[in-house]
Amino acid sequence: MLKKYIEKAQIIILAASSMITTITIFLIVIFLFTYGLEFFSNSAVEKGFDIAVHSSNPVSKLSPTQVQQIFDQEFISWNAVGGSNDSLEILHMEDLAIHYTEEQIGLEFEHMGTCISDYLSNHPNAITIIPKANIDPSFHGKIIQVSNLQLKDIFTTSKWFPTSKPVALFGILPMILGTLLVSFGAIILALPLGIATAIYMAEIMKPSWRKFIKPTIELLAGIPSVVFGFFGLVVIVPIIKDVFQLEVGETALAGSVILAIMALPTIITITEDALKNVPNAVREASLSLGASKWQTILHVVIPFAKNGINTATVLGIGRAIGETMAVLMVTGNSAIIPHSFLQPVRTIPATIAAELGEVSFGGTHFQALFALGCILFLFSMSITLYVNYISRPKHKI
Amino acid sequence: MKKIILFFVIAINLLQAQGIKIKGSDTVLALSQEEAEAYNKKSKANVSVTGGGTGVGLAALVDGTTDIAAASRRIKLEEKMKLQEAGKKFKEVVIARDALSVIVHPSNKVSQLTREQLEGIFTGKITNWKEVGGEDLKIVVYSRETSSGTYEFFKEIVLLRKNFSSSVLAMPATGAIVQSVSQTKGAIGYIGIAYLEKTIKPIKVSFNQGKTYVEPSVKTAKAGTYPILRPLYYYYLAKDESKVKPFIDFILSAQGQALAVQGGYISAK
Repeated sequence: MLKKYIEKAQIIILAASSMITTITIFLIVIFLFTYGLEFFSNSAVEKGFDIAVHSSNPVSKLSPTQVQQIFDQEFISWNAVGGSNDSLEILHMEDLAIHYTEEQIGLEFEHMGTCISDYLSNHPNAITIIPKANIDPSFHGKIIQVSNLQLKDIFTTSKWFPTSKPVALFGILPMILGTLLVSFGAIILALPLGIATAIYMAEIMKPSWRKFIKPTIELLAGIPSVVFGFFGLVVIVPIIKDVFQLEVGETALAGSVILAIMALPTIITITEDALKNVPNAVREASLSLGASKWQTILHVVIPFAKNGINTATVLGIGRAIGETMAVLMVTGNSAIIPHSFLQPVRTIPATIAAELGEVSFGGTHFQALFALGCILFLFSMSITLYVNYISRPKHKI
Repeated sequence: MKKIILFFVIAINLLQAQGIKIKGSDTVLALSQEEAEAYNKKSKANVSVTGGGTGVGLAALVDGTTDIAAASRRIKLEEKMKLQEAGKKFKEVVIARDALSVIVHPSNKVSQLTREQLEGIFTGKITNWKEVGGEDLKIVVYSRETSSGTYEFFKEIVLLRKNFSSSVLAMPATGAIVQSVSQTKGAIGYIGIAYLEKTIKPIKVSFNQGKTYVEPSVKTAKAGTYPILRPLYYYYLAKDESKVKPFIDFILSAQGQALAVQGGYISAK
């Protein structure tokens, strides 16, 4: 009787564990996507602010990129954005204190709107940013319509200025390409090396040697990624710089090399397990037919273990795509579209890790980083689904 | 969802001992820790310090989960407005200052630059050292991440709020900049003067179109002639003043400021 209850309790505990795990994963995904999707409904101008010009200014619409170029002083005259030939004057809100006394602005900025309105009426070519709360009916200037953040701009432009004022630009194309490039390079380096090592270990190496080599490789998986990163910065980066005669050694290649080293244990361990699972009868059959050892490995053992090797490859890619710290330290993190392996690149995980710490919570930048997280999640998820697909049991032989 | 998070935050806070909590900038972290240690020893107080970044600290101040927010940049307008929306009055105090030095590879012949030249280099308009009197070598620009207070400050003072060029290399930490500049011939970067080493060369800067060049050092920073000098701030709520004032007074005292100078910072006044 008691035994029956204990058994029931055990089953309940097991069920509860799996429920908790599943629910936790779902909650994390929901959390990620709630913040991430909010990003796409944002206006490009900083929350709570508007861009204002003098009421007689012919310009009434600007794209986020144009606003950024104006405030970066890339344009000298209004005609670059379809206005008059007069030169642009930029008023930064922080500079308001130069033109007006603290009393005029008010201790709590309550008169800021009046001051900006006054400044604009005296400076017909000025452009400024103004808090929405301070726009009252007496405001003389004209509010510029700035188009919202658009999916097209986010995914196809290459300007990543998340903290730029008053308009932040979030072109994530360089990051997506950077992530793919570094991971691709890593897998090109790691795959041949990893599979060759695994074959040697499983098929040829003496068991006494294997006892020593296998733990060593597994040890590699236990090294913290920041250690790999530092090793990369101090050792691999200078080597790449000297070998390829580059001005700068922090490149996609450096990231790929580090990631390849980090992905090796995964690839080797899983491939080796797959090879070890090939029944000895298959090998013996091949050998007894007169095939050499090499022929047996190439034509019998590897095809037999194909599923396992595929799984190893894809899991290795997964490890490479999600890696943060090591890549952050060696790839240089320039947000430019990469054209070769010998250029600095910026990856998605590195961006999230580097910027999340000091971002103001709940702001557009914060949501943008979550959106990047969502994209990374979709990458990893498709990889996992692909693993499931290729390693599904096959009934046909 | 948000309520559950809030509940945990409150629960965690109740579990912590009552004392002064400081949270914020990682640049100020080392200084805060030194000061807190000395103060705890001196007056048997319980000051605890955590990092996380300026933005994190100020957000915690809005939520009421910290008593002091440490900041390596001035509070942003949007953060100011968030505090005002929450109906919280805050106070700002400068606890020390930090001078930034522009650094290059030791083999670089260039030893002085004007602000305009620096702006050109960091915004990507000047790309070769020969344009500023050096050899024919491509300039490799190292910067900090966009989230760093150091980045914001350099952008405001040296670039006059223009954006850095997209092709600058963004490094996660000051140490990484030092390492990279020391091993890259055409490199230029910026770091706090406390991090100056023999493996890199500091550059004299001129903020008056080249009339006078000033070398970065504690001495010139203190004398007020070195221009790239930033204040480090503590922010706290006006209602907590009686609680945090003794600690802030200690930092601003001769003993507290001496600790700051030992750590490579410049005194607050």
